[in-house]
Amino acid sequence: MGLTFPEKPFRTHGGAAVPHHKNTAKLESKVLPCPEQVTIPMQQHAGAPCKPLVKVGDLVQVGQKIGEAEAFVSAPIHASVSGKVTAVTKVMLPGGQTADAVVIQSDGQMTVSPEVKPPVVETKEDFLKAVRESGLVGLGGAGFPAHVKLNVPKDKHLDTLIVNAAECEPYITADNREALENSWAVLSGVYAVRDLLKLDRVIIAVEDNKPEVIETLRKIADNPTHDPENRVRILPLHARYPQGAEKVLVQSCTNRVIPLGKLPADVGCLVMNITSVAFLADYLKTGMPLVKKRVTIDGSAIANPQNVIVPIGTKIADAVAFCGGYSKPPRKLLMGGPMMGIALTTDEQPILKQNNGILAFAEEDAALPEPTACIRCGRCVSGCPMNLIPTQLEKYAELGNAEELDRLGVMCCMECGTCAYNCPAHRPLVHAIRLGKALVRNGGKK
Amino acid sequence: MENKLIVSASPHLRSGATTQKIMLDVIIALVPAAVASVILFGPRALLLIAVCIACCVLCEYICRRVMKRDNTIMDLSAVVTGLLLAFNLPVSISPLIAAFGSVVAIVVVKQMFGGIGQNFVNPALTARVILMTSFPSKMTTWTAPFAYLHGADATTTATPLALSAQGAADSLPGYLEMFLGVRGGCLGETCGLALLLGGVYLIARRVISPVIPVCYLGTAAVMSLLLGRDVLFDLMAGGLLLGAIFMATDYTTSPITRKGKIIYAVGCGVLTMLIRVFGSLPEGVSFSIVILNILVPLIERISRPKPFGKETVKQ
Repeated sequence: MGLTFPEKPFRTHGGAAVPHHKNTAKLESKVLPCPEQVTIPMQQHAGAPCKPLVKVGDLVQVGQKIGEAEAFVSAPIHASVSGKVTAVTKVMLPGGQTADAVVIQSDGQMTVSPEVKPPVVETKEDFLKAVRESGLVGLGGAGFPAHVKLNVPKDKHLDTLIVNAAECEPYITADNREALENSWAVLSGVYAVRDLLKLDRVIIAVEDNKPEVIETLRKIADNPTHDPENRVRILPLHARYPQGAEKVLVQSCTNRVIPLGKLPADVGCLVMNITSVAFLADYLKTGMPLVKKRVTIDGSAIANPQNVIVPIGTKIADAVAFCGGYSKPPRKLLMGGPMMGIALTTDEQPILKQNNGILAFAEEDAALPEPTACIRCGRCVSGCPMNLIPTQLEKYAELGNAEELDRLGVMCCMECGTCAYNCPAHRPLVHAIRLGKALVRNGGKK
Repeated sequence: MENKLIVSASPHLRSGATTQKIMLDVIIALVPAAVASVILFGPRALLLIAVCIACCVLCEYICRRVMKRDNTIMDLSAVVTGLLLAFNLPVSISPLIAAFGSVVAIVVVKQMFGGIGQNFVNPALTARVILMTSFPSKMTTWTAPFAYLHGADATTTATPLALSAQGAADSLPGYLEMFLGVRGGCLGETCGLALLLGGVYLIARRVISPVIPVCYLGTAAVMSLLLGRDVLFDLMAGGLLLGAIFMATDYTTSPITRKGKIIYAVGCGVLTMLIRVFGSLPEGVSFSIVILNILVPLIERISRPKPFGKETVKQ
């Protein structure tokens, strides 16, 4: 006890006032009717890929484990529809790496597997085991296995749970809708994590462009039964990108600075995405592992933008068709938001666990302006949340000077894209910095 | 659809800012001072402005053609240089000399070093310094404001700083006259009101941060006070306002970091006042800024911000 709650968020450096485009914030999520086929990659998380547990011809049911790895840093994969395995194949993931994938032809029944039953959780060990079995990964986008994050080493004392509901990426409203449509589970999950890890305070951080979320959560957070001492509170944050980035968020909420190469646990914080927390509560109640995901389908080429709850492994094209298809020919397809999302080469890609948005843009929004000469205006410097000098990083990356890149702190960059967003010369700053980071990682060799 | 999708690195969203829009904002901010110069010094001021702009843009175009680089005249930076160079000339100067200054600014100072963003000193100011040393008397022959209205041969006058240096305190213009620009001086430097309007516009549009003008003027004011001079007079005299708002804030030749901007602007302020008080020249804004321009790489080396979460700054 004794930690206080901030009245208002602490100051952080830089950021940009990106347009919000939260077009789908007020639309109720729709459930996608069972797709004919799903393709479920065995790598939907940071860490070791899973080995398929099924073979062609096997019958599977919803929630049945179909992929598992022995490594600690990994998360099992479950069938998201019931039906027959028609192929175990290789697919290319959005990042470019290949992974095994199980293709399931749906029988349209969505029969639930008998494996699915609520876990018995009495001790912390039970809890961590259950979290692993649930297949939960960080749903904010990073896809870090949740049981690894929750298994905090004994030498690190945690005092604060920060629930990340900032959702600072433009367009994306999946967490926003989760908070409104599943608010009971959000709070229930918060209490579960808090009690099991014996955390002193919980800060649910929401950008102030989502007043409905703030109001709804505040109403049910004032719960004298579960929280007699009012140790769970909502903190409205300035709606300024990249407010939801972990390091920025921890500073906004606690004024603590996470050192380079360290984790929130090193400054006593546990950061969880709001949808992850809500999923945990649902899982503890029903035992249904992570087999479906709410994704925001939006962008100027989508006919009816909305949030859709889809079985994991659903083809992007199927989800887009459910939203009325493309209203204009798509010229850019993104997995994730426009600031940090990955541009895809095809809409045949499956939707993954950590996906929160699929954006399709028409010609006018897809092509980026040609770069011109840097005029040293300093907008990249004043916008950088990590206090770096992106324009110098770009120059040293082009020169291949790993030593100078390291000295300038290139490894601190989280690739949020604020610099390139601000740049009037349209320099490909993030791209250059990625090359620079790779150079430093390889010890100066390309 | 496969082959039609554009794949590019994130971010996929841009703020819409462009170099051209920024330069256009600077031009808009310079309009009040341009109007003031025409009112004060007559149609000849307009002629000089036109000659400088046309010549700068033409030089930029020819240079890029000769160097086989892409044409950059549409980024409007050459227009800004032309305007600023004209603002730094006395109204009586020959248009030929103005054109020569434009060639120096664009060809020698800007394009020979690689064009926009690459020059290490301010093109307009360096051209002025070169003209001052090449044509010292022509560059310091000042015409009295409104002399063009009287038809007669232009009446020459002295700048307030020169008068002050000669100890002719009685003939100094009053504060209001100084603020409105009714005094001898270069085309664009005399009207404090117009320059401040432009400065407020640039800060409001976030084209420049207030750090450099505030630190430059603040340092000059403190120095003036410490040296027992007339602070208001010092701030409005010479090219200080034009320099602090429009010249020292040039992106390319000023530090990129906040701390660097402070060091740079304080340096400009100190040097300007030292030249005014102890130098043999009555005015030191141009030289101060050009000298500090040259020091920018060093200032940036000692003013690197500490990256988030890094233990120490390695300089």
